[in-house]
Amino acid sequence: MRIPVARLARGSRHSTFLPGHPIYRALQPQRWASSLSQKPGSAGVRFPGAVDSKFTNAMQFELPATYPAIPTYRALSPDGDIIDSSFTPPPDSLALSMYENMLSISIMDIIMFDAQRQGRLSFYMTSQGEEGTCVGSASALTKEDVIFCQYREAGVFAQRGYTFDDFMSQLFANKKDAGKGRNMPVHYGSSALNIHTISSPLATQIPQAAGAAYALKMQRLTDPNTPLRIVACYFGEGAASEGDFHAALNIAATRSCPVVFICRNNGYAISTPTLEQYRGDGIASRGTGYGIDTIRVDGNDILAVREVTKKAREMALQDGGRPVLIEAMSYRISHHSTSDDSFAYRAKVEVEDWKRRDNPITRLRKYLEKKDLWSDEKEAEARGRLRKECLKAFAQAEKEKKPPLRTMFEDVYEEMTPEIKAQMKQLKEVIDRYPDEYDVSEFEGGKDTLSS
Amino acid sequence: MSRLLRPASRLVSSSIARPAARNAFQSFPRVPAIVQSRGYAKESGVKEYTVRDALNEALAEELELNPKVFILGEEVAQYNGAYKVTKGLLDRFGDKRVIDTPITESGFCGLAVGAALAGLHPVCEFMTFNFAMQAIDQIVNSAAKTHYMSGGIQPCNITFRGPNGFASGVAAQHSQDYSAWYGSIPGLKVVTPWSAEDAKGLLKAAIRDPNPVCVLENELLYGQSFPMSEAAQKDDFVIPFGKAKIERAGKDLTIVTLSRCVGQSLVAAEALKKKYGVEVEVINLRSIKPLDVEAIVKSVKKTHRLLAVESGFPAFGVGAELLALTMEYAFDYLDAPAQRITGAEVPTPYALKLEQMSFPDETLIENYAKKMLRL
Repeated sequence: MRIPVARLARGSRHSTFLPGHPIYRALQPQRWASSLSQKPGSAGVRFPGAVDSKFTNAMQFELPATYPAIPTYRALSPDGDIIDSSFTPPPDSLALSMYENMLSISIMDIIMFDAQRQGRLSFYMTSQGEEGTCVGSASALTKEDVIFCQYREAGVFAQRGYTFDDFMSQLFANKKDAGKGRNMPVHYGSSALNIHTISSPLATQIPQAAGAAYALKMQRLTDPNTPLRIVACYFGEGAASEGDFHAALNIAATRSCPVVFICRNNGYAISTPTLEQYRGDGIASRGTGYGIDTIRVDGNDILAVREVTKKAREMALQDGGRPVLIEAMSYRISHHSTSDDSFAYRAKVEVEDWKRRDNPITRLRKYLEKKDLWSDEKEAEARGRLRKECLKAFAQAEKEKKPPLRTMFEDVYEEMTPEIKAQMKQLKEVIDRYPDEYDVSEFEGGKDTLSS
Repeated sequence: MSRLLRPASRLVSSSIARPAARNAFQSFPRVPAIVQSRGYAKESGVKEYTVRDALNEALAEELELNPKVFILGEEVAQYNGAYKVTKGLLDRFGDKRVIDTPITESGFCGLAVGAALAGLHPVCEFMTFNFAMQAIDQIVNSAAKTHYMSGGIQPCNITFRGPNGFASGVAAQHSQDYSAWYGSIPGLKVVTPWSAEDAKGLLKAAIRDPNPVCVLENELLYGQSFPMSEAAQKDDFVIPFGKAKIERAGKDLTIVTLSRCVGQSLVAAEALKKKYGVEVEVINLRSIKPLDVEAIVKSVKKTHRLLAVESGFPAFGVGAELLALTMEYAFDYLDAPAQRITGAEVPTPYALKLEQMSFPDETLIENYAKKMLRL
């Protein structure tokens, strides 16, 4: 860190990076006086690597198996009752909208999974069983907060206002797809909603989230008028095995980044069950190891997830920022993706059991019914309406024009290189010369978009 | 269902010379001879194998022959491999030799490299080589160089394998060809099988080779069937590295190619013969490190024209290397500048048609050859 800063200071026009500048100082982590030597006869350790440890004569290994498992917080019983009367539930209107968002995701999942099976799109991933984790946590974030997703967070998008049209445009890669048709299906992204585009390689988003949070922190230091923001980063328990996860937690902790890591522990990483994925107490136990405030929550309890995320957001912004880890427990009812048949490695009855016994949608429904906010009629009406809306968006997106031809050449680099410009010009000339050979009407703007 | 009726039992039908000593890791009973029958046989003893089956047989044979060999990777055991290449191996060899790993490429690759440094012969499967990027430090900086850096005292008999190159409809981050990447590293050997025989012979050779070897397979070839000669069906069949195979002899143009492009070049060569009566020689490189320069030079001396065909990105690629070598060693025999066909200089698009246009196909090769031969 030291040397690059000095170099930066020389090269940069902004004196912000000069040591001595208040922002520079604020960005430096507090350093312990590591040169303090051990006092003779002291009871505690003064090693630079462990400043708070007491000496002991009893040789005692720490045995994680003897530790009690980190408890799982919940607010709503499986029957939909608020367990602790001091718990403040969200306003009814919000509870209802969260319910509808979970419902719309689950309905879209069924429709799109079948559509993939019919060959109408190449790939799809459902999020059955994890709607609560995504919708609940997203409901506790502000619009300005920045989000990194893994790939099973359709609920986060829905809760932030991503519409059926937006989903379908991405899935069918039409002209309204923000990714310009360059990604596989379900790789959504939206700059308006502050959600980074989903990237296929696993776990890469976790250190990036720490970096983005660091950027937010710096931004706030340079301009205190910017709103307080955090980064929320989603990933599965499988991704937490990648080295990136560990690097991310450590750097987020040491640089005090305002980031909330949200682990969706759904029991399976494609075919690998959690028992083969790790031996510790879930992902939560790793957070404490990195000195990160951590909580485990029942992912099927959307109210608990919301509450926990709300609090975590607050904590992440305290004292200039720090990371928080949430481990949301749930069960992946869906197959990993349309390329997977999960009944090859788990019993169908196990899945059916989970689906019936406990799932975030039915639990919130029971809560709403008990409050007289929901009924069978309303359920039927909502399901019918959402299904219709989804299918309408589906049909429209399928018919929509493709992205402009020009997008073939754009964005490989920030600006088109002379070679790429020449290629584009050449393509235009070919189409001009042989208009009958090329039907460009299905592309937005036709051949005109190729003019430089 | 009986264990014998499971498709995996087909694997054990190979006529393996069983080692006298029982393998240290072996904990599963051998399957009896009752399953020794295989599919349809042709007169000469040539049988049809898919590339997937050939790879599977190679793995099974090497696991059987050498107790030091084991395979590990994501989903290789319980799930039979993401592409079913390791199908049935868990049932047959047990979970000490066919190992499912957590999702941590750098972790399990590092573990495999460590096992190799300690004297075992691991086969490290990557779900695809795109994901091996997470572990490339282990492959390049550790596996490839430790033998040299340790003064030759640490062996590294390891095989990295998995699908390489583009598949269909999986967009930019899943569609890359790493031949040139690994091909440029001193200390690594790199092979790129095309046919079922290539797949079996090269994978077996890779496992036996005392050096780290990358076996760059191709997902689109896994399901493709090829005739497998009687000799290749035996368990002692290996293909030596650094020897290219002339898949089709000719006198007018040399096409040097690898992996899936071999099949495409053969189709193009056939079409050229039919339409114009020209004879195109197609050389299947099989291994790109070591590279069979001699075969290329010999062929150019005969045909005086060279076209390299590959599906990697154009810049600094296998094609570039082939052209440079041709220029260095066979310039005087060339009647025309050597040319190359490569993938397009673009992150692989998701759109089906753009994806198709991003990589060489039969027609493109045919047209290019036509131009070179002024037909």
